Amino acid sequence: MSAPLLATEGLTMRFGGVVAVDGVSVSVEEGELRCLIGPNGAGKSTFFRCLTGQYRPTSGRVLWRGRDVTGQDPFRLARLGIGIKTQVPALFDGLPVVEGVRLAARRLHGERESRRLADAALGRLGIAHLADRPAGLLAHGQRQLAELATVVAPRPDLVILDEPTAGMGTEETARTAGLIRELNRDHAVIVVEHDMQFIRAIARTVTVFHQGRVLMQDSADRVLSDPRVRDVYLGRAAA
Amino acid sequence: MTDAGRAGLHIAVAAALAVAAVLVLPGALELFALINATVWAAMALLALSLAFAWGAGGILCFGQTAFFGLGGYAYAVAGINFGDGALAVLPALTVATLAAAALGWVMFYGRVGDVYMGVITLTVTLILFKFANSTAGEQWRIGAAALGGFNGIPQTPPLNWPGDPANPLTPEQVFVVAVLCLFGCYAAVKLVLLTRFGRVAVAIKENELRAELLGYDVRAHRLGVFTIGGAMAGLAGVVFANCVFVSPSMFSLAYAGQVVIWVLVGGVGTYVGPMAACVALQALASWAGTVPGFDPNLLLGGVLLAAVLAVPRGLLPTAQDLLGRLRPSRRRPAEPKIAPAE
Repeated sequence: MSAPLLATEGLTMRFGGVVAVDGVSVSVEEGELRCLIGPNGAGKSTFFRCLTGQYRPTSGRVLWRGRDVTGQDPFRLARLGIGIKTQVPALFDGLPVVEGVRLAARRLHGERESRRLADAALGRLGIAHLADRPAGLLAHGQRQLAELATVVAPRPDLVILDEPTAGMGTEETARTAGLIRELNRDHAVIVVEHDMQFIRAIARTVTVFHQGRVLMQDSADRVLSDPRVRDVYLGRAAA
Repeated sequence: MTDAGRAGLHIAVAAALAVAAVLVLPGALELFALINATVWAAMALLALSLAFAWGAGGILCFGQTAFFGLGGYAYAVAGINFGDGALAVLPALTVATLAAAALGWVMFYGRVGDVYMGVITLTVTLILFKFANSTAGEQWRIGAAALGGFNGIPQTPPLNWPGDPANPLTPEQVFVVAVLCLFGCYAAVKLVLLTRFGRVAVAIKENELRAELLGYDVRAHRLGVFTIGGAMAGLAGVVFANCVFVSPSMFSLAYAGQVVIWVLVGGVGTYVGPMAACVALQALASWAGTVPGFDPNLLLGGVLLAAVLAVPRGLLPTAQDLLGRLRPSRRRPAEPKIAPAE
């Protein structure tokens, strides 16, 4: 059996006395679409930051295709083939959208290929008409799409999305879910999210975080009908 | 027009101006005015060096004068020891470049925040200022060169043709060298910005996190930009040493602050703007200096206040905006494509 695309082993992150992520072991296969959910404060975002190199975990390991990449700088993780979309879209505000997308592709590809990949990415996300706009002038929804185009342009093996539906309405959330399933045709995808609506629309394997640990991991149907998950989201979590 | 085409046009215009300056000014100006013009060219180069570090790298270096002074001092010390000004240029640039690389390495790899970067660089230049001031006396000499404390090194050797130290350059020739250095660095900046390195540096300034998440080594790029800026400041120091002589004031707060003001008034993110602001403000200051009982610094402060309040983005970007508004059809070709989608 080959090693999973990305795996964590006993990943733990402490901030002083607070254990934000507590011995989490999760693995994601090539080509998979995985949702990480949990209420606010469950440790999702800390886990995300450990995966992307923004935090160095207190203990435990992060493995990329079986290779230990724990605590590497974000740019090195990105070079392995991980594309990362942040919760608040991070774009080159002063540059035209297409320039940022080309820059993303240019790290791995030559100039002509980068131009082609950038145009393809913009077309795929339906924002080719925004190519020449400065990224700083885009509306919120357009910024999300522009960032997605930037992330997928270099054709990473894995795309990690942090709360892609933050600040979206029901309709936009459904559209984003469709878009992510479309992205999953070419890339493995990990989505960190807390919106149940969105999880239902994606309907794939879901890992539920609660108080820094994995509460359960199962298909979306079972997770959504599980009483413990409901308690965490509605009852005891609010207390 | 493509980016490369635009850069080529800018470089061509700059080349024409440089040729005009070299052909006309040495004949038209009195000796004193010509030496003054050489000083201004050196300062404009210093302004350009900060404009690059700040505009392309987003690095607010409050102590660009550290590399300016180190370049000047290294030139003087090496020149006196070698007895040959031409041979001293390379050591001078090496010292300034290595100093910038070392300071940059500490700051960027130590993940120092932007505000502290300003504080640290200013502190470094002030430490050098204090140090240079305290080097009076016989015990402070490097080889044949006495550092001279407060007085600096009045016997700073002038440049000469390579291999011919008996024939120092005339002030007219030094002026030509200064203009060539300024033009060369301007062209180099424009070309660097076209390279992959330059584009990534600008992207890092726009959004550091995004650049890092795309796999670009942010620290290495910022270090590169900072080091290039330091090297240019060192070259400015060499030119300056050739028209005045090196002294601790090259490191002083007055100079360090002025460079920042030139770039702010000219416009961060532009290169002609800071150079033009540098020359204009120096002309203004030297005119104000002739008014009896008036402190030119007061005027400089007033200009800075007015610029920050009235044209916060700097003179050149504001002027470009105004021009753009006069000819909207030519400045915004992208507009019609976007309109139907909304």
